[in-house]
Amino acid sequence: MAVNYSAKEEADGHPSGGVGVPGGGAGGGGGGAGKTRKPDNTAFKQQRLPAWQPILTAGTVLPAFFIIGLIFIPIGIGIFVTSNNIREYEIDYTGTEPSSPCNKCLNVSWDSTPPCTCTINFTLEHSFESNVFMYYGLSNFYQNHRRYVKSRDDSQLNGDNSSLHNPSKECEPYRTNEDKPIAPCGAIANSMFNDTLELYRIDNDTRTPITLIKKGIAWWTDKNVKFRNPTGDGNNLTALFQGTTKPINWPKPVYMLDSEPDNNGFINEDFIVWMRTAALPTFRKLYRLIERKNNLQPTLQAGKYSLDIAYNYPVHSFDGRKRMILSTISWMGGKNPFLGIAYITVGSICFFLGVVLLIIHHKYGNRNTSADIPN
Amino acid sequence: FQVGDIVEVKADETFPCDLIFLASSSIDGTCYVTTASLDGESNFKTHYAVRDTTVLCTDEAIDALTATIECEQPQPDLYKFVGRIIIYRSNQETVARSLGPENLLLKGATLKNTKKIYGVAVYTGMETKMALNYQGKSQKRSAVEKSINAFLIVYLCILLSKATVCTTLKYVWQSNPFNDEPWYNEKTKKERETFKVLRMFTDFLSFMVLFNFIIPVSMYVTVEMQKFLGSFFISWDKEMYDEEIKEGALVNTSDLNEELGQVEFVFTDKTGTLTENSMEFIECCIDGHKYKDCISEVDGFSQTDGPLKYYGKAEKSREELFLRALCLCHTVQIKEADQVDGLIGHPERKYTYISSSPDEIALVKGAEKYGFTFLGLENDFMKIRNQENETEMYQLLHVLNFDPVRRRMSVIVRTTSGKLLLFCKGADSSIFPRVKQEEIQQTKVHVDRNAMDGYRTLCVAFKELTQKEYDRIDRQLNEAKMALQDREEKMAKVFEDTEADMHLIGATAVEDRLQEQSAETIEALHAAGMKVWVLTGDKMETAKSTCYACRLFQTSTELLELTAKTVGESERKEDRLHELLMEYHKKLIQDIPKSRGGLKRSWTLSQEYGLIIDGSTLSLILNPSQDSSSSNYKNIFLQICLKCTAVLCCRMAPLQKAQIVRMVKNTKGSPITLSIGDGANDVSMILEAHVGIGIKGKEGRQASRNSDYAVPKFKHLRKLLLAHGHLYYVRIAHLVQYFFYKNLCFILPQFLYQFFCGFSQQPLYDAAYLTMYNICFTSLPILAYSLLEQHINIDRLTSDPQLYMKVSDNAMLQWRPFLYWTFLGAFEGLVFFFGVYFLFQNSSLEDNGKVFGNWTFGTIVFTVLVFTVTLKLALDTRFWTWMNHFVIWGSLAFYVFFSFFWGGVIWQQQRMYFVFAHMLTSVSTWLAIILLIFISLFPEILLIVLKNIKEKNHQVRNKMM
Repeated sequence: MAVNYSAKEEADGHPSGGVGVPGGGAGGGGGGAGKTRKPDNTAFKQQRLPAWQPILTAGTVLPAFFIIGLIFIPIGIGIFVTSNNIREYEIDYTGTEPSSPCNKCLNVSWDSTPPCTCTINFTLEHSFESNVFMYYGLSNFYQNHRRYVKSRDDSQLNGDNSSLHNPSKECEPYRTNEDKPIAPCGAIANSMFNDTLELYRIDNDTRTPITLIKKGIAWWTDKNVKFRNPTGDGNNLTALFQGTTKPINWPKPVYMLDSEPDNNGFINEDFIVWMRTAALPTFRKLYRLIERKNNLQPTLQAGKYSLDIAYNYPVHSFDGRKRMILSTISWMGGKNPFLGIAYITVGSICFFLGVVLLIIHHKYGNRNTSADIPN
Repeated sequence: FQVGDIVEVKADETFPCDLIFLASSSIDGTCYVTTASLDGESNFKTHYAVRDTTVLCTDEAIDALTATIECEQPQPDLYKFVGRIIIYRSNQETVARSLGPENLLLKGATLKNTKKIYGVAVYTGMETKMALNYQGKSQKRSAVEKSINAFLIVYLCILLSKATVCTTLKYVWQSNPFNDEPWYNEKTKKERETFKVLRMFTDFLSFMVLFNFIIPVSMYVTVEMQKFLGSFFISWDKEMYDEEIKEGALVNTSDLNEELGQVEFVFTDKTGTLTENSMEFIECCIDGHKYKDCISEVDGFSQTDGPLKYYGKAEKSREELFLRALCLCHTVQIKEADQVDGLIGHPERKYTYISSSPDEIALVKGAEKYGFTFLGLENDFMKIRNQENETEMYQLLHVLNFDPVRRRMSVIVRTTSGKLLLFCKGADSSIFPRVKQEEIQQTKVHVDRNAMDGYRTLCVAFKELTQKEYDRIDRQLNEAKMALQDREEKMAKVFEDTEADMHLIGATAVEDRLQEQSAETIEALHAAGMKVWVLTGDKMETAKSTCYACRLFQTSTELLELTAKTVGESERKEDRLHELLMEYHKKLIQDIPKSRGGLKRSWTLSQEYGLIIDGSTLSLILNPSQDSSSSNYKNIFLQICLKCTAVLCCRMAPLQKAQIVRMVKNTKGSPITLSIGDGANDVSMILEAHVGIGIKGKEGRQASRNSDYAVPKFKHLRKLLLAHGHLYYVRIAHLVQYFFYKNLCFILPQFLYQFFCGFSQQPLYDAAYLTMYNICFTSLPILAYSLLEQHINIDRLTSDPQLYMKVSDNAMLQWRPFLYWTFLGAFEGLVFFFGVYFLFQNSSLEDNGKVFGNWTFGTIVFTVLVFTVTLKLALDTRFWTWMNHFVIWGSLAFYVFFSFFWGGVIWQQQRMYFVFAHMLTSVSTWLAIILLIFISLFPEILLIVLKNIKEKNHQVRNKMM
């Protein structure tokens, strides 16, 4: 009897729930309130929105593993080969070893005039075919230290005249010198790398200087938008920087960084490159470009070279190192084996796991069926 | 009102305070009240005025009364009252009368069928029994919140240890002077001059600020938002809308949504919750022939009561005798009124039946259906309209009232022809011994079957009395009534003698109509691993049969009874209780092998046990006398309760209901409790339980007003718990874990970066990214997930209650999943940072040899982070509505768009200028970002596959078995 009863309930309970909606709702209930509290029968309110319900099964994921493995491994090999084909030559010219020609300059200070110079000879075993990029590298130099990173005034560097004469407080303690505002202010600018590197090719004891291009090393947006010289009457930078003083460690004021007007003042590219603070304490920065002259000759032939260094930048006091790096560049940038290896490893793991899981999947499924069928 | 004031209450008014009933408009000094809002019983109860004051039924007369009342201190038990009234009269000696609960009219009860009454206030305000049974609303906190707090402490520890590690290492590192202050990076004068301790403290604080994002502050906002918005789905649910009352579910608090998915104990009221609170005559049997009406009226079929189906037919005379018995043997009164009384609203009828027992009404109405209509009592004559539409008159001579010990009642009537008849009806167990044995067999079959179906059965018997017999009975009864001492016992003896050697006519089956699908709901709750306790103010027999009807007790369930019946009255009841407790304890706990105890919530026990306890026994257990041996009753009782699949507590005062709930709530493991009820008597237990649910029933709004959620019907509990509760729990648990996870892998790279920037608190990410991460880039997808996710279809959740057990015991917020998420976050943080770190071993990543700086480093890490964290959520999403698509892909698009915008304009801070755009010009960066995202998600994908394979094996194995 109880069963009967419940069956009946369901029989007439359901239609009234589903079909009876318009009648009950639209009729206004007869209460006169007009507004019924009947919930709207919308998909959203009833949590019945149409939805894609993906189920990640072994059947769909395992092929994905194979495909990913098959994609990653070739990419990895490609990157690895490309990275290996990049020529890179690195000279540490800090001069900590007594045998190093630069040892004599180890303890230079900023204001040593004339600058201490040293020459390092080296041999390139392989020729550098394409354009060569010359970097300087520093180690144990914390350009990413918080106090250092924020010690700059971006609006001053952007050519804002009021900031030029009244730099931001962030620049302390490199904000003013002898009551004159420093331009450019701050620790970053103050510690700008100021070694001069020159490269000579030694061919039968004759030193041929190699043309080093100093433009095109900074980000285009930095050079053209972010960094600007102060504006005013005329283009005479000396006049525009009137009333400011040079950073303490600099030998020359900012408007004498370069002879060319479009590379002088705040828009000097060496300066801009330096102002982009490095991410890690060991870093390299682009110094010069060596362009390939013609298609017949490699940019740098294998052979003997010498590097002339005007050693101004003291790194010994904080246990730092200085390097000069010559490198070609591929589509993926400089030499870095990490990406290639990582891609190959991940691709292989993926592939391998795909195989293992497939076997497990298959075996288990089969074993179960085969084991249970006889029973 | 002040204590001592005399109060006049008119019909249908609610008593304003607890009153001693002095006089009523009716001469006999009785009145009828309904205590629906107190204990849930909506039938009418008769209360008696103090005998000496019943005559004082006018204002003047009552004014002249001089009396003092002594009574006990206020106490919450509704059924207990002890007092004494001393009446002083000018020309007579003073009389003292004892006062009992029958003289007390409780605040909250409503006067019915009596024009007016006079009463004197004894308890007022907060001292009334109703107020004492009311509990203040306390702040409810969900278990999820507790988990959040625990996790928060862990993350706070991580934060503190990170800051401490960094501060310590900073000073170790700085002990080298060229690290502390190299020539290129000098300190300001101010920095140099501050004390070292102060500096260390400042450093510590700066690290705290730097890493503070690990504490997901935004989670609280999101959780609140999720709860608030999510709760709308409950009130929007049209499956929980009731056409009858034109209302859907109501959400009073949104704090407890997820708690609905964690319920272990369900405490339910019976009347109005499990049942419709209306009785219905189902069938009867006369001399072993079954009479059944195949159409039940309440189903909405208003067609005329169709021809009865006769399964064989008894003699016409027997049939009529039986129906007359039904019409006569009761204490039903008739109320001639058009107004629908709430009890038995029948629009066509011009009168309504009222009675202290709804069964009797059902029986009278049942008889009416078969052609015999009870027309009322007039000057001691009962009028009946028979099948031929003739009115028969019977003189009512005596009513042998119902009492729970006899479990039967009788009437003695004189027919117009002068025949004296005794009709008796009562429980089978009390009728069968008093009738001729050979008559029993054929009826017993029906009675047993009806009882199995969960109907309340009553047997009807009669006997013809000779005038001589009647005279003797009449004399004895009058003597007993007059007796001053041992009146009860004497009456009982007379009843005993009178109701003997009767002839069985038949039996009836009445159904306390269950709410639709309440049995199915209870079964589903059982299957979902919940224990259902019924707490009711009703009589034990009634409650028990309801429990059978709604399948709380199966026929196979072994019942353990701890009631007045088994414990007995007398002095020895404590000893007896002790014995019983020990016996049950032994049966349940000691005899069951320990090995099974490990399987929590699985009803694999060979025998199911049900427990029945009543209010008086419960108070004996909970408030034992000072005897030390009984103090551990509570413990034993609790152990027994927890082993039972179902527990029925009857004759509960509202506060006792709350006591039970509190007792279970505070047991080991603090299980989540849910109370559901419809009346004001359930308010205290609704407030006490973790989740209180009110039924928007007939008994007023108090329950639904005090509840956390209100639903129209008991059956809605199924969807509320199994679907909504489950989903909310999964959603919020995932939300919480995800938030901790995403903040961990957000901040970990920043922490690692400190090792490479001289512990200088240099942030890895730009300030805009730091603030926008939680607000804009990763907040909406998880919010959408936490509102829309249905990892399992709603329909499946409702139809397969066992799924509920998957999330029981706060499964998704235990330490194991928390550790998993934390490790995942840590792993990803490491991958992000070191991946980019190795990439930056050579920072010239563009094909023109130009180099990237620290902000590009941070931006790459951040890009990988945002994509990974969002895609991780995408992997977890099982229910992709267009909104999920929109927010997930939209967030990522917004991130890219924002980065271009942020880097495309010169702001005050120009460090991000074109950083993002430059980053994207580098092929290496693209490759690295893709690789790192993949590596980060790899363990997750792997896990999914492994789980899938495992599940499949399981399925295959199951299928084979």
